[in-house]
Amino acid sequence: MGKLAAMVARRLALGLLTLFIVSVFISLGVEFLPGDLATAVMGQSATPETIAAMRKELGLDLPLHERYIEWLWKMMHGDMGVSLANQREISELIGTRLENTLFLAMIAAVVAVPLAVTLGILAALYRYSLYDRLVNITTLSSISFPEFFVAYILVLVFAVTLGWFPSISNVSPGLGFWEHAYRVSLPALTLTLVVIAHMMRMTRAAIINLLASPYIEMAALKGMTRSRIIIKHALPNALAPIINVIVINLAYLVVGVVIVEVVFVYPGLGQLLVDSVSTRDIPVVQASAMIFAGTYILLNLTADVLSIATNPRLMHPR
Amino acid sequence: MKELNFHAKLLEHGKISRREFMGRAAALGVTVGLASTMAGKAIAATPKKGGHFRIGIGAGASSDTMDPGLYGENFTQWMAFSTRNYLTEIDPSGTLVGELATGWSASDDATQWIFELRKGVEFHNGKTMDADDVIASYRHHMGEDSTSAMKGILEAITDMKADGPNTVVFTLREGNADFPYIASDYHIPILPSKDGVAMWEEGIGTGGYSVENFDAGVRLDMKRFPNFFKGDERAHFASGEVLIMLDQVARTNALSTGEIDCMDRSEIKTLHLLERNADIRIEETTGTQHYTLPMRCDTAPFDDNNVRMAIKLSLDREALLRTLLRGHGALGNDHPISTANLYHASELEQRVYDPDKAKWYLKQSGLDSLDVDIYLSDAAFAGAVDTGVLFKEHAAKSGINITVNQEPKDGYWGAVWMQKSWCASYWGGRPTEDWMFSVAYAAGANWNESFWDNARFNELLVIARAELDPVKRGEMYVEMQGLVRDDGGSVIPVFANYVFAMSKKVEHGPMAANWDLDGLRGMERWWFA
Repeated sequence: MGKLAAMVARRLALGLLTLFIVSVFISLGVEFLPGDLATAVMGQSATPETIAAMRKELGLDLPLHERYIEWLWKMMHGDMGVSLANQREISELIGTRLENTLFLAMIAAVVAVPLAVTLGILAALYRYSLYDRLVNITTLSSISFPEFFVAYILVLVFAVTLGWFPSISNVSPGLGFWEHAYRVSLPALTLTLVVIAHMMRMTRAAIINLLASPYIEMAALKGMTRSRIIIKHALPNALAPIINVIVINLAYLVVGVVIVEVVFVYPGLGQLLVDSVSTRDIPVVQASAMIFAGTYILLNLTADVLSIATNPRLMHPR
Repeated sequence: MKELNFHAKLLEHGKISRREFMGRAAALGVTVGLASTMAGKAIAATPKKGGHFRIGIGAGASSDTMDPGLYGENFTQWMAFSTRNYLTEIDPSGTLVGELATGWSASDDATQWIFELRKGVEFHNGKTMDADDVIASYRHHMGEDSTSAMKGILEAITDMKADGPNTVVFTLREGNADFPYIASDYHIPILPSKDGVAMWEEGIGTGGYSVENFDAGVRLDMKRFPNFFKGDERAHFASGEVLIMLDQVARTNALSTGEIDCMDRSEIKTLHLLERNADIRIEETTGTQHYTLPMRCDTAPFDDNNVRMAIKLSLDREALLRTLLRGHGALGNDHPISTANLYHASELEQRVYDPDKAKWYLKQSGLDSLDVDIYLSDAAFAGAVDTGVLFKEHAAKSGINITVNQEPKDGYWGAVWMQKSWCASYWGGRPTEDWMFSVAYAAGANWNESFWDNARFNELLVIARAELDPVKRGEMYVEMQGLVRDDGGSVIPVFANYVFAMSKKVEHGPMAANWDLDGLRGMERWWFA
């Protein structure tokens, strides 16, 4: 256990270093884009005087490294700062958006993960049968279609034609859990269709891979049923790669859903990030990037810990 | 007559339908003409109160604020007109009327303007509006540290005085007969003030609706303000929400499935499909919105007017109107004044596609053919890049070879507009000729996108601004439109209509055309049937 704790601590430290490097890159990246917040916010109405006045007001006329150091200092004290564009506390701004993003990710994950693993197990059980081929074709198709295409088709079928679900996810903070869940059904369904293929096929491949092992052959010779062999003997050993794939997809559900947010007009973090890059609102971009990077780092860490936890050889090394 | 009036009253209260009324009127021996007029008046007279109005707008960002100097797109403008008011208003017929001001008068040279304010107008926080609030609201846009888009225009105000709590005297640097029009601009609402500083942060105003919840880039929730000074005449909805829906398909879907009651900017290409929906009504108004392709008059080869004329004659405007706007617009005559403006020069011949004349102009400047670049992005207007491609086709016949360069949308206004030699732009237009000319065509103006400097034009601009006699003004403006048309640097091929859609449950009176969505005042003008 001590070894595990040490590993976690080391990984967290590396994680912090990664966050720091990411923040430097983001700063440089946004700086090299043409224009800055003043020109972006004012657009066509800009005049040299008003641009200069806004820059002075927001401290944009200071050199980049000065602004960065100030931001870093504040961040290390837990203060994410204020949005340059509308002077709101970033923590408040991001708070609701992050909640929304996590909620959608959670609903999508709760549906997608068990479904993918089950389908994968069944596909391994009945490999090369018609069922196997059908499931593979369907999930590969859904992952190949662009997300917005899948989204629009779902809207057409379920919202416009059948009217079972709302066509946009009009959510506000006060909604109850089930109402919120109802309104995000179509985006969650879209995301499910998009991530299912990867997890299902990995589950299937990992299990089939193990089926060639001697101990499985032994279990078959002992006369066990196929389902018991797969679920009790093969699956536990296949967990490591499966967990890794699930985690990658979970991270995607949090970080990569901008398109779904746009199509369903869902106020999530992805849309905020894209919006902020357009307006060159650096503090918001930094804060969002930190959250996304942090999500990846934590999820990867969880995956590794779980991989070790499910592998007795790694858990109790001699 | 009494019998007829009785039936008219029934119609007004919705007890009988228009068809029934017409039938009964005919039975009473009344002509169809009279019956129709009476029916029209009865129906128009009755806005019903109540309901929660939801609109989806395709503009808005998380950078939006309540600072009126930074108001820019449909979202902030809709919010502005719903929650705040102005000294003057442009009513549905295009006439300037008083809103927070009950009247105004000018000195003979139009440098001094006296506005009488309406008494007893309450802000959402209970404060009564007075002259100090007006002065502070204007001052917000003036001064060196101001970031307001109105800073340049309001620089002309040299002094503001309160003559008692309900009178404000403005003194201008030079005469401006259109000052009351400027007072109706969406950037300068009247805000509550404290110690001479306008308090804009909380979104408080005198408007029919107060802000309940504002989540920049996402939504705005509003509630009817019970002490609205316009009383029963306006602001019929009980509450409203504005959803920012940047994706046009999402907006259309939301309207089709009843998630919202109105959407702005319907897609023109699929309009005929949307029309098929029995629950939706398409609205279209012709205003001052136009698209421009400004060439820089200070950069070769566009510094030679012969080249500019050749280019202007090389575009088939009818074809553009047909393909780009599907007929939802009007032809532009290379100047920014539309038929919706007072002094539109209808006598100026409409420019047409004439490749032979274009070749002639090229020869005048000593060229057989011309190679030029145009820098376009759909950030300027939807279909700008397509416009460039069409132009290239048309201009080839005159010996002009246009290379179309597509620029990224992001940062277009900073990196391309007013930087590159030839690009695209759009204007919502302005209610008065002087305003439109002053912001975009006067020498040295901040947004003089064609960098044009015509001495006669600049001279006329200042004279016409102070001229109070409409006939003399009209003559000057006609001449100026001719100058822009024949010497200016911008190709102005089309005026674009405002096209939007709403549920049939929403009713309205005559619709204003000065801005999108009924002058952006739909929230206070419309009602549920």
